[in-house]
Amino acid sequence: MSSSHTSTISSVAAPSRRNTELAMLVFAVLIPVFAYINVGLAKEDTVPAGVFGYAAGLGCLAAVAHLVVRKFAPYSDPLLLPIATLLNGLGLVLIWRLDQEPSLTTPTLGGPMAPGQLMWSAVGVGLFVVVLLFLKDHRVLQRYTYISMAAALVLLIMPMVPGLGANVNGARIWIRIPGLGSLQPGEFAKIVIAVFFAGYLMVKRDALALASRRFMGLYLPRGRDLGPILVIWGLSLMILVFETDLGTSLLFFGLFVIMLYVATERTSWIVFGLLLSALGAVSVTSFNSHIGDRVDNWLNPLARSPVNDGVTETAQAMYSFGSGGLFGSGLGQGFSRLIGGIATKSDYILATVGEELGLTGLMAIVVLYGLLIERGMRTALAARDPFGKLLAVGLSGAFALQCFVVAGGVTALIPLTGMTMPFLAQGGSSVIANWALIAILLRISDTARRPAPAPAPSPDAEMTQVVRT
Amino acid sequence: MNKPLRRVAVFCGLLVIALLVRVNWIQFVEADELRNHEDNRRVAIERYAHPRGNIIVGDKAITGSTETSGSDFKYKRTYKDGPLWAPVTGYASQAFGANQLEALNDGILTGNDDRLFFNRTIDMITGKDKKGGNVVTTLDANVQKAAFEGLGDRKGAVAAIDPETGAILGLASSPSYDPSSFAGNSNKDSKNWVELDKDKDKPMLNRALRETYPPGSTFKVVTAAAALESGKYDMDEPTGAPETYKLPLSTNTLGNEVKGVCEDATLREALQWSCNSVYAMLSDKVGNEGMIEMSEKFGFGNAELDTPVRAAESIYPEMDRPQNAMGGIGQASNRATPLQMAMVASAVANDGELMKPYMVEKLVAPNLNDIEVTQPQTLSEPLSGENAQKMQQMMETVVNEGTGSNAKIDGATVGGKTGTAQHGIDNRDLPYAWFISYAKDPDSDKQIAVAVVVEDASANRDDISGGGVAAPIAKSVMEAGLGR
Repeated sequence: MSSSHTSTISSVAAPSRRNTELAMLVFAVLIPVFAYINVGLAKEDTVPAGVFGYAAGLGCLAAVAHLVVRKFAPYSDPLLLPIATLLNGLGLVLIWRLDQEPSLTTPTLGGPMAPGQLMWSAVGVGLFVVVLLFLKDHRVLQRYTYISMAAALVLLIMPMVPGLGANVNGARIWIRIPGLGSLQPGEFAKIVIAVFFAGYLMVKRDALALASRRFMGLYLPRGRDLGPILVIWGLSLMILVFETDLGTSLLFFGLFVIMLYVATERTSWIVFGLLLSALGAVSVTSFNSHIGDRVDNWLNPLARSPVNDGVTETAQAMYSFGSGGLFGSGLGQGFSRLIGGIATKSDYILATVGEELGLTGLMAIVVLYGLLIERGMRTALAARDPFGKLLAVGLSGAFALQCFVVAGGVTALIPLTGMTMPFLAQGGSSVIANWALIAILLRISDTARRPAPAPAPSPDAEMTQVVRT
Repeated sequence: MNKPLRRVAVFCGLLVIALLVRVNWIQFVEADELRNHEDNRRVAIERYAHPRGNIIVGDKAITGSTETSGSDFKYKRTYKDGPLWAPVTGYASQAFGANQLEALNDGILTGNDDRLFFNRTIDMITGKDKKGGNVVTTLDANVQKAAFEGLGDRKGAVAAIDPETGAILGLASSPSYDPSSFAGNSNKDSKNWVELDKDKDKPMLNRALRETYPPGSTFKVVTAAAALESGKYDMDEPTGAPETYKLPLSTNTLGNEVKGVCEDATLREALQWSCNSVYAMLSDKVGNEGMIEMSEKFGFGNAELDTPVRAAESIYPEMDRPQNAMGGIGQASNRATPLQMAMVASAVANDGELMKPYMVEKLVAPNLNDIEVTQPQTLSEPLSGENAQKMQQMMETVVNEGTGSNAKIDGATVGGKTGTAQHGIDNRDLPYAWFISYAKDPDSDKQIAVAVVVEDASANRDDISGGGVAAPIAKSVMEAGLGR
């Protein structure tokens, strides 16, 4: 492992890589623009009229983000922004492409979604800029450890509040804001709770790791050290179980275990976590019919629905993937609309990728997510302070789990849980929250790679020279 | 903290790899299965995305395609004279799938067949829309019309074969249906489908190929062939049968429709007057094994008779002695499709050689190149040439001087056999009227073998007999086949 140079303070300025980022950003904008033209040609045989607006919109967002990074986080990781831009741009194209299907764009399903998504992307990039402008140093977030805890709880409880929460597709994870639309607070809670965990664990890591009793070969920490975090985690799980949002509970649980493991360096946490999650999964599956159905769908993805003998969404998604084959039908030429309903543009958007871009395209997208995640991990490795390390690993771990849970669910690798594919899927809260997440990661990597101020020249230097005669 | 961090990074990498493996599994390994799964609507969408190739009779298409709107499917199948040709074409419906030639030659008709790969590639390069190939049938439009109109509104079926090649010239079933009526996927199409499906007259049943009937006295041709082939009997030698035959091991007796001609009759006379006593006795003498052997040579017991639409299996089962004697006159548990009985007549007409029946002459590519041409095939030789000649003389006697006189055609050689099959408990139901025959035109060398069955004819029970009801239909079909 030759990672030492990334974590060693050096007075020699590391290359900032901002020009690399710019070059890649150009591709990240051009590829979606060509994809957009491709859809237009496939659907209407003409270059779509909106292409200039779209290119300008995406280009502007990328340019603003890049300039802000260049000015305020010059040493940050050069890959994160282009990948996020590319995924966001492709997501916009895919949503616009699905908007072209009349059966998916009825007023009851909310009409065309792409303009809204572009607007939310702009808000997301706006938040990205705000984070980079005002968060000069990520360590500031440490101060808000307990405020974060409260905020996370509030965010998670909000959908349960009568009048505010809304039940969509069997999961109560939305809140309605009059005049603005609906919001998924869980997406933001993901970031806030990572801040809380990082702040708390940084302080308590030694106590958790060392002041523990050995029990059946496992090191168990003292209750007063683990107590608060266990309570918060338990509460969030309870809430999510009542909101029947298995995906997010899994994400929070995984986040908790990963951060605890990294902070304490004790493998026993992993064993502990796996046991608990197995227990939780079995009990939730057997008590909750909504989730039980999804497990059935996962075990027999092609079986017809027991309710109306219809083809299930899971089966439709599988047919989409199968029909896409190696190279796909080409953008705009697939039939992923057969999945139907609102989920086609959000949860199931990968099915459209699979069908229209084929195995090749889908693998490329998965690899992009993989790169993004590993750059986040690299940021954690490079970070010099434990808080930054924990926060970076928490954020990228949450991102990784979310990608895995969604993509695995849609491809029937694991039972489906309603979550959005970051950046790609339709959904305002998701896009905004993930842009904020990228901004925080960029800030941590900037701090990590920023050169230390040059040491003052020592007047004694001359004197200590070895004089040879 | 770097050690656990690296492990977490590896773990996340494994998650990504798991996804990549899974995606490869469903999009590469399982792709074909998913792509062609029956629930995958893309299959149907693709099938109807282009005009379908046509099924052709003579040189005219009996099918077509029309553009539709308001659904996933761009083109809809249309049929010219749907009810007339339904037993040949089958149906291709956007909502209800396809059957018969439409289903069996789907690859050619949609243009997806591997043998059309070259055409498809050329079309793709030159930017032409995908086109399907055509299925050219062996049917004769005049024969088919004569058969269908002959049946009229009576339930029944007609099968006509060219004895020399086995080419199917006519395949009519009544009542019939119009496949156009449910080719789309609108509510009206569904309603029509449900109505046809529930109709107690079963209009969608292809009676000529897929329904088996007790063959009645037409089966005496098989029994006579078995007797001749056994070498113990000859056509003009007395058989020694009594006027009233007591079934072996039974107290039941069997009389004859025409009185005073059957006692000790020759094979020829017995066929001429359709003597039950003689043929029941012959069947008993030949034995169950011999009867099974002979009927199988004629095509009974063949569960995979593909024309290419598969015909139902005609059977002559193992039976005890009294039953076997009854089987010889077609009144036991032996059953035959109209096609099977036409095959019996055709084997006799073709000097003992039975040709495999087929109804697709060739498959042609959109550019009219032949892809596959069906070659006539011998199925078996149930009779020696000499015995076949004798059978011909016997069957011609039936038409010229016996029960089949209604099928006589001036200037042509016609051989036939009538049949009236009792059925129902205690034979209470109306009987089936049968007629099997062949005709040869000495001038044009044309030949045709025909089997006609009319179920539950609505006429007076006494009038229902193969000679009265079925023979006139056979006659008009044969005339059409000979070009008269």
